[in-house]
Amino acid sequence: MTISTTMLLIIIGCCLVTLIPRIAPFILVKKVSLPKWMTDWLSYIPICILTALIVQGMWTAEQGKLIISWHYMLALIPTVIVALWTRSLAVTVIVGVVAMALVRMFS
Amino acid sequence: MDEDQQQFIQGVRDCLPTLLGYIGIGAAFGIVGASSNVSLLEIALLSLLVYAGSAQFIICALFVVHTPISVIVATTFIVNLRHFLMGLAIAPAFSQYSMKQNVLLGTLLTDETFGVAASKLTKQTKLNASWMHGLNITAYLCWLLSSLAGAMLGQWIEEPTVFGLDFALPAMFVALLIIQLQQQAAGKLMHLLAVVGYTIVFMVVFSFIVPSHLAVLLSTMSAATIGVLTKR
Repeated sequence: MTISTTMLLIIIGCCLVTLIPRIAPFILVKKVSLPKWMTDWLSYIPICILTALIVQGMWTAEQGKLIISWHYMLALIPTVIVALWTRSLAVTVIVGVVAMALVRMFS
Repeated sequence: MDEDQQQFIQGVRDCLPTLLGYIGIGAAFGIVGASSNVSLLEIALLSLLVYAGSAQFIICALFVVHTPISVIVATTFIVNLRHFLMGLAIAPAFSQYSMKQNVLLGTLLTDETFGVAASKLTKQTKLNASWMHGLNITAYLCWLLSSLAGAMLGQWIEEPTVFGLDFALPAMFVALLIIQLQQQAAGKLMHLLAVVGYTIVFMVVFSFIVPSHLAVLLSTMSAATIGVLTKR
């Protein structure tokens, strides 16, 4: 059970920079009510951000070229089908993890 | 049992389907941490105080190659800035509660609890704080325990990617996205699918210009703007 000074500083710093953007909107919204156009805009955030987070793993950009991660793309196919079919978070996660393990095993 | 307790327990229940994701990623994080020479105590503190899945992986990866502290902290800030947008999107649903409650809600907000809350928000405009606490606290404890379990497993396993555990997170995002789209009225669905398409296009474009975590933020904001402008 040890902790290095470097890691301690990293943890404290990262804790603060993570906490502030997490709490700030809750304080902000409590103080001021958001205008209609803003809440309209925010209503798109869940769908856009989830899409972006999924897409994030599809490729990496290196020196102006997109390198597609085929493992990720292949594992995504059964995951999407099962999510559409079952609408279940738990089942989708299990199928996704197994699919990814299989894709890696056979390539 | 009073109303608040019932809501809290419902929040715990609504968290259960997401727990597999936390366990998968938490365990993977513990394993990665242990193999990056991060001690058990440090792994526990990272999960306890930073509590941000993907950022914790990045912290370990940068730490192991002796990246300056300032760079690690700045990277973490950018990676986790998305919580600001997520918070803004769901915070109005809790504005009737006290400041203390709201600060606590924000402190434990994650991608997954945000996803669950947002899918509930497609059917209602206000959310119950006790329900959200139940959701948040269950997720938090599960994350902490599974990352510790992973850290102990890490003595035997070196490469968690072999088991596909790292795919638990994207798989959960897929399920959350699809559940949200399926809850929409047919008329609105086509519009939202178009917005999904814009997000993908923006991700391609921004990936060439900025690091991927920044691309996530910029694409989300750009696609949401087009969504508002093209709404009929």
